[in-house]
Amino acid sequence: MTLATRIIPCLDVDRGRVVKGVNFVGLRDAGDPIEVARRYDEQGADELTFLDITASSDGRDTMVQVVQTVAEQVFIPLTVGGGVRSVADIRRLLNAGADKVSINTAAVTNPEFVAEAADRFGSQCIVVAVDAKRNPDAGPLSWQVYTHGGRKATGLDAIEWGRRMQAAGAGEILLTSMDRDGTRQGFDLELTRAFSEALDIPIIASGGVGGLADLANGVTEGRADAVLAASIFHYGEYTVGDAKRFMAHRGIVVRT
Amino acid sequence: MHIAVVDYGMGNLRSVAKALEHVAPGRDIRVTDDPAVVSAAERVVFPGQGAMPDCMRELDARGLRAAVIAAAATKPFLGICIGLQMLFEHSEEGNTPGLGILPGSVRRFPREGMVSADGRKLKVPHMGWNEVEMADSHPLWHGIPSGTRFYFVHSYYVDPADPSLTAGVARYPFPFTAAVARATLFAVQFHPEKSHTAGLKLLSNFVSWNGVHAASPQDAMPALTGTL
Repeated sequence: MTLATRIIPCLDVDRGRVVKGVNFVGLRDAGDPIEVARRYDEQGADELTFLDITASSDGRDTMVQVVQTVAEQVFIPLTVGGGVRSVADIRRLLNAGADKVSINTAAVTNPEFVAEAADRFGSQCIVVAVDAKRNPDAGPLSWQVYTHGGRKATGLDAIEWGRRMQAAGAGEILLTSMDRDGTRQGFDLELTRAFSEALDIPIIASGGVGGLADLANGVTEGRADAVLAASIFHYGEYTVGDAKRFMAHRGIVVRT
Repeated sequence: MHIAVVDYGMGNLRSVAKALEHVAPGRDIRVTDDPAVVSAAERVVFPGQGAMPDCMRELDARGLRAAVIAAAATKPFLGICIGLQMLFEHSEEGNTPGLGILPGSVRRFPREGMVSADGRKLKVPHMGWNEVEMADSHPLWHGIPSGTRFYFVHSYYVDPADPSLTAGVARYPFPFTAAVARATLFAVQFHPEKSHTAGLKLLSNFVSWNGVHAASPQDAMPALTGTL
C-alpha cells in the first residue's frame, strides 16, 4: 500500500493543436489534443499536462475549449499551464475541467498571486512551475530562476524561491532544468534532489528525458514524486506502459 | 427524477458532472445551487475542492445546509473529497465546524514523521494514485477489487469517532479512512471522477444503487423490501 510515482506526459498546445512531433501509430490526426490525450490515457498515464504556448488571447480561448473536450472523455487529472496570470484565468480553466493550473512567470512578477490563488481555489490545484538554470557563480549546487520560457534571468535563487512558493500555498512544484531541457541527457538530478529534500510538497521533475532510465533515475536519485516527459512519448519511442514496466523493474511503485 | 450535483461555488464540478453523464447516459444530471433542486433529486452528489472554511461559508451563503443534511439521511448520497470532510463534526483546517452528520473530525497529515516504509520522505498534499483496501462489501465497491488505486489530492483526512463508518482504508504512511458508509450515505476522500476505470465503475455503481447498505446479498433482501 504505497503511493505510486506518477508518470505525466506533457503536451505543448499552440492554437488548439498539439505541436512538437507526435507520432503515434494509428492516430487519425497527430495534432488533435483529444486524440493524443486519449492515447496517453489508454497507455496508463497517471496525469496529463497541457502547456499552452499560444501568445494570443484567441489562442487562450481555444485552450479552454481543448480542456473542455478532453475533460469530457479522459477521466484522469489534467493540469494546464502557460499564460495563467489572473484569478479569472484560473477560474476559466478549472471550470473548463482542468484539475490544476501551473503558474510560472506570473508567480515571479507577482508572488502575491500564488497566495491569492491558493487561498481562493485551494493549494491542491495550484502548481508553481520553476524553470531553473545552474548558477556556477553562486556555487556548485546553486540554480537561478528563469522566466519567459527560460529567456529571462530573475536573480532569484531557485531553492529559496521554491520554499517561498511552498509557504505561499503552492500544492506542487513543476521543476524544469533549463540546462537539460531538450538535451535528452536526463534530468538535472542534483537540482531535483535539492528541491525534493528542501520542500515538503510534491516535486515533478522535468527537462532532459532521453530514455526510460532517465525517468527511473529521477525518482531513485532525484527523489522526484512525479516525472514529466514529452518527446520520448510523442515520437512513439516508448509508451507510458513501457516506462512503467521499466520503473517497476527498478523497484519503483507505479500504477498498473 | 434527476441526480443533483451540489454546487456551492467551490471548484470544478464539471468533471464530476461529465463523469456522471459518461456512466449514466440519458439520465438527468443537474449541477445546482438551489436547495429545492437538491431536495427533489433522486440521488445527490456532494463534491468539493478548496479549503474547508470557505466551503462551509459558501454552502451556508447559498442556504444549502439543510437540504444537504436531509439528502444525506434519506437518499443515495455520494460525498467526494471536501464533500466527505464536511460531513464530520469538525476540521482542523481553519478550526472549522462541519455539518456534523457523522461523528469525528478532520485532521491534517502531520508535519513530522512522514516517511515511507523504504525511508522516502512523504509529501503533503498526499497527491496521486494510492491503493484503497475495501473494509466491507459495500454495493459501491461492486466489481472493484480491494487494493485498487484511486486518485487522491488532499492534506487533511477524516478520523471517524465510530470505526464502523470506515468502508475503505488507504495508507500514507499510516492507515487513514479513504471511504465511509452509513445507510444511504457513501463518501470518499479520493476523486472517482478522476480515477479512470475504477472511478467510473464506482460512479456507475452509485447511479444504480438503491441506497441499501448491507454486508451480504442475503441481508439485502429484507432491507430492500423494507425501503420499498
